[in-house]
Amino acid sequence: MEIKSMRFKANASGALVNTVLQGNLKTSKGKFVTRRAETIKELDDFEGTRDAATAIRNRVIDNLDLWLERFEQKALDTGAQVLWARDGAEVCRLVTEIALQHGVTKVAKSKSMLSEEAGLNQALEAAGIQPVETDLGEYILQIDNNEPPSHIIAPAVHKSLDQVADLFHKVHGTPRKTEIPALTREAREVLRSHFLSADMGLSGGNFLIAETGSVALVTNEGNGRMVTTLPKVHVVITGIEKVIPTLEDLSTLMRLLPRSATGQPISNYVSVLTGVKKPAEHDGPEHLYFILVDNGRADAVGSDFHAMLRCIRCGACMNHCPVYQTIGGHAYGWVYPGPMGSILTPLYAGLEKSIDLPHAATLCNQCGVVCPVKIPLPDLLRKLREKQTERGLRPLTERIGLRLWAWAALRPKIYALGAGFGARYLKWLAGGTDRIRLLPAAPEWTLGRDFPAPQGKTFRELYAARQKPAKETT
Amino acid sequence: MSSREDILGRVRANLHRGATNAAAAREDILAALSNRSHGPKPAIDGSPQALLERFRLKSEQQSTTADIVAGESDVPAAIARYLTTMSLPKSAVAWPSLAALDWAAAGLKVDGRGARDADPVGITGCFCAIAETGTLMLCSSADTPATVSLLPETHIAIVNASRILPCMEDAWALARKELGVLPRAVNFISGPSRTGDIEQTVVLGAHGPYRVHLVIVAD
Repeated sequence: MEIKSMRFKANASGALVNTVLQGNLKTSKGKFVTRRAETIKELDDFEGTRDAATAIRNRVIDNLDLWLERFEQKALDTGAQVLWARDGAEVCRLVTEIALQHGVTKVAKSKSMLSEEAGLNQALEAAGIQPVETDLGEYILQIDNNEPPSHIIAPAVHKSLDQVADLFHKVHGTPRKTEIPALTREAREVLRSHFLSADMGLSGGNFLIAETGSVALVTNEGNGRMVTTLPKVHVVITGIEKVIPTLEDLSTLMRLLPRSATGQPISNYVSVLTGVKKPAEHDGPEHLYFILVDNGRADAVGSDFHAMLRCIRCGACMNHCPVYQTIGGHAYGWVYPGPMGSILTPLYAGLEKSIDLPHAATLCNQCGVVCPVKIPLPDLLRKLREKQTERGLRPLTERIGLRLWAWAALRPKIYALGAGFGARYLKWLAGGTDRIRLLPAAPEWTLGRDFPAPQGKTFRELYAARQKPAKETT
Repeated sequence: MSSREDILGRVRANLHRGATNAAAAREDILAALSNRSHGPKPAIDGSPQALLERFRLKSEQQSTTADIVAGESDVPAAIARYLTTMSLPKSAVAWPSLAALDWAAAGLKVDGRGARDADPVGITGCFCAIAETGTLMLCSSADTPATVSLLPETHIAIVNASRILPCMEDAWALARKELGVLPRAVNFISGPSRTGDIEQTVVLGAHGPYRVHLVIVAD
């Protein structure tokens, strides 16, 4: 997917004045948050479960090479094939080759964020193969001129019922429906024919299980089951970091993933798929391929951002992020929005191409508090800011400003002079009131709020003034 | 260099992989795979009656309906009653493993095979059930095809009360004991298919069944 993160500021400003989007964000706001809060109470030891999940993910990523080899061997033993892709382009090439090899003309897809990273749909179309998104949210976006998702769990969360009703009426040529169940049935009927006629099913993978060489898929709609049961070929594309050791570990993670994602105690369907159809079986794919994708992950191993590889893609961080909840997901400009996206986009798509993302956070740590695998997201955002500064990627004015400040901060007398001037200037700006309505040096800052006015003296001046009478009494 | 070698090579380099730390890591991997330790599990009363009650309660919270019968021979009549009450067709596809039940006596036309698109009702058993979350565990095989619980708009599952276990971990232990290796597809099912993709409003019946009904055999 093309990265548009350099336009973050303009995109975010546009999102703030987009009344339709603001209305839609308001409709869904807090639903996942409330349900999560209710369902985590069902666990007697939620914190202990988070610790266990963190340990499971650490165990694998700390020795990722060996766990990958172990998973690969088990998967091969079950009759699957295992392929490796360095980047999105290689994912597209491999999937296209598999499709051509099996004479595939239509691919039914269950939701895969990695296929978004790779821009797979465009590549398949270019090769004359029809990709059909079957997750309702992804389907809505695909028939709306391939709009990108704005949330990793609820891709069309930025759209209203009215917008979906208009879209279905236009694209399906059916009478306009206004009830969500009726729209869902209409999509079901359209997509059912695709499930039955597709020659290839393509899915992501929530987890790869090293013990058994299986992929675990978590869905509510049942589309994940369809695309892995009906077509003769099943291709799994997933990041190399998704391995977990055992089925017991899956059980632990399943107590956290649905609760953190949608606030469900468990998702409707958890499928553990191992190998291909046996000779006597009625259903299941005859060919199973795993495509294990790097696309920036291998370089994150052992780096300052190693902990990010624990991520299980629940979306809790964005559901709880005040910035995401205000601007929506599209402003972030790539596949992954919100706090996790503000870390993954610089890592996978380039820090120089996403200069504002590490700053698109208040560092309030709501994301860190709710993360089921305890990723210290604000620390990683801060670390990315450091990397930007080290690499000289910040704007010139900011760099000069910080240099000047550092120069003055090392010279106490000059610093005191500057601070004294600043305090008096700001007091003057406030014009006798207790707040400043417009800061000339940073007008954006006061666009939506006032700046509290200082009372005109610096801390050091006040301190010195208090020390004087104290000295006189001793 | 192949992509595999390139990717694994960089992971190894970033982890400072050497002979010594590889040996320690391999021990950790073998230990993890053989110990199969589990995380904290919710405290669940393991008595048969408590498991049955919890399973039923949690299933109903997932919008599943349930009925209890005394023995397996009562199952066809119970299913016929349900279909009548719901005004659903009296013809169904069932797992071949259930074909021997006396369906005709209950006025049902039941075919034991994999499901097709137009089948209105699918009848399955289950490998076991999980009380923690009100979940069915279905294992695919020639006699238990996965489509039967997926394509029809109505899914009816027969659950033996003695096969209700506390947690998912217990289900895996039973599968290892009874099946040895995993079947092609293990499907954990918790209620009818659903979606919240339009305005995060949950509606039942996305791509899978609109309704799931359980016939629990008290045995």
